[in-house]
Amino acid sequence: MTALNPAASLREADNSAHLAWDARLERLVSFAFTLPCLMVVALCVLVPCAWLFFLSAYGADGRMSLENYQRIVDGASYARIFVTTFQVALATVVACVVIGVPFATFINSLPPRRSVLFLAAVLLPFWTSLLVRAYAWLVLLQRTGIVNSVLMGLGVTNAPLELAFNHFATVLGMTHIMLPIFILPVLGAMRNIDRALIRAAASMGATRGYTFRKVFLPLAAPGIAAGAILVFVMSLGFYVTPAILGGGNVTVISMRIARSLSNYSNWGAASALGVLLLVFTALLFALSYGVQRILLSRQRS
Amino acid sequence: MLDGFEETPLVERLKWVLAILLVIFLAAPSFIVIPMSFSSSDFLAFPPPSLSMRWYQYFLDSITWTQAARASLIAGTLTTLVSVPIGTFAAYGTIQLSQRLRMLVSGLIVLPAVIPSILIAIGLFFVLARIGMVGTMTGLVLGHVALAIPVVFVVMSAAFSQFDFSQERAARSLGARWHQAWLRVVLPQVGGPILASSLLAFVTSLDEVVVAMFVSGGGNATLPKVMFSALRDKIDPTIAVVSTVMLVVATVAVFVVLRKGASTLKA
Repeated sequence: MTALNPAASLREADNSAHLAWDARLERLVSFAFTLPCLMVVALCVLVPCAWLFFLSAYGADGRMSLENYQRIVDGASYARIFVTTFQVALATVVACVVIGVPFATFINSLPPRRSVLFLAAVLLPFWTSLLVRAYAWLVLLQRTGIVNSVLMGLGVTNAPLELAFNHFATVLGMTHIMLPIFILPVLGAMRNIDRALIRAAASMGATRGYTFRKVFLPLAAPGIAAGAILVFVMSLGFYVTPAILGGGNVTVISMRIARSLSNYSNWGAASALGVLLLVFTALLFALSYGVQRILLSRQRS
Repeated sequence: MLDGFEETPLVERLKWVLAILLVIFLAAPSFIVIPMSFSSSDFLAFPPPSLSMRWYQYFLDSITWTQAARASLIAGTLTTLVSVPIGTFAAYGTIQLSQRLRMLVSGLIVLPAVIPSILIAIGLFFVLARIGMVGTMTGLVLGHVALAIPVVFVVMSAAFSQFDFSQERAARSLGARWHQAWLRVVLPQVGGPILASSLLAFVTSLDEVVVAMFVSGGGNATLPKVMFSALRDKIDPTIAVVSTVMLVVATVAVFVVLRKGASTLKA
């Protein structure tokens, strides 16, 4: 299309071949535009991940073997790390759903001007770095922190509670990070619900609770499921928050990978753990895709 | 959402109380670090016993911290300068590809956002170690560019999906070379999204811990890296100072972009 060559023959066949060639060139140029990004991704993600697979399949003697995986399956300490990682991720998802779904419902029910204010509050934590937030929670939750002072002032407890450096603090910190990421897709799904359906249910005598359960929630379900799976997958890969708020009492897969490398330079163990983390991530995304399709097709029928 | 139903006043009030509590939960951690940075105490304490600037003085006098601040600013600026153009080009190119190729290319480009960052960190560490570039600014920026690309790509794809490409074709059929069409027709119309994605790319680099932890070192150690190791060793209010500085940098950047964005829209 670009080079409308005036010298080209006016015969139609000739011209169309010319245009087809131009169109192909145009597509090629479009693809060339994406090349720098693809190269960075290849260099920083694809090559290293392939290398991890490769490394994980070689034993300490340099021969190909599954000993790195064997050690993970056998070792009780690895089992505990996997259990901890999944527990923390699951607890984060549950907290996000329990807090996020009602909150998104609430924001969705507000008139636009007010809902913008609440939305801004949801997005605010995005601007604060993970480290800063972990640090702030540490200050709030420590033995002499403000949360303990308030609890003791109210007479809820006599001695300061151990709120920091455990599973509770880790899940709290991670929920604080994941909540905005959960609420946005859920709110998006809720915005798309046809309000006439809700009014129809009301006009036909359905109670409030019944309408919420039988009409509103099923319609919002694909968004909620997508948000929950996204939160779960991202929670599996957390490093900074458990490392700081867990204070050594919570060890997740990412931390173990980092420690295998920085303390022991054990590439075999680190790469096998990395591959497993990658496989879990990929499987969960595939699951997410499947769940979405099922929920959407059920909605249509 | 449930319009058509009566609300009881008690339930209504309870909902507001819970919602405001939740907003406090979301917002509180961002704000408590500011008063703490002015603490006179040697330890973490909130509220601070009395106010002073001693930890700011300490921050400015410390070579480790000032060097880290410098490294962070350089890394953030370079990351923005590299990731915004290539991310924008990629978003522009992707939109014109066939459906199937577009899915594949955009899937690959957002990959760094969905893969656990520890894997990118150790993978990049391994690659850089092979070519002797661990601890260099180039290696660090490469990692941060990979992490910033998905952000730029998503923002710019959204912008280009609103863009009427027949304008560019019109310019080119009227004789503009492609770079002229880009500079005069395309770019002026996506100025806002480019500013927004520059900001996001900068903040992505400024806040990044895990890749920096593995790949940066020595004089190139970034603020988050130094802060992370400080959090594990000794916790004193310098960290609150650093947090406040990072918060202020990010907030100022947002305001600058908003003002700039508003003025470009007007013009």
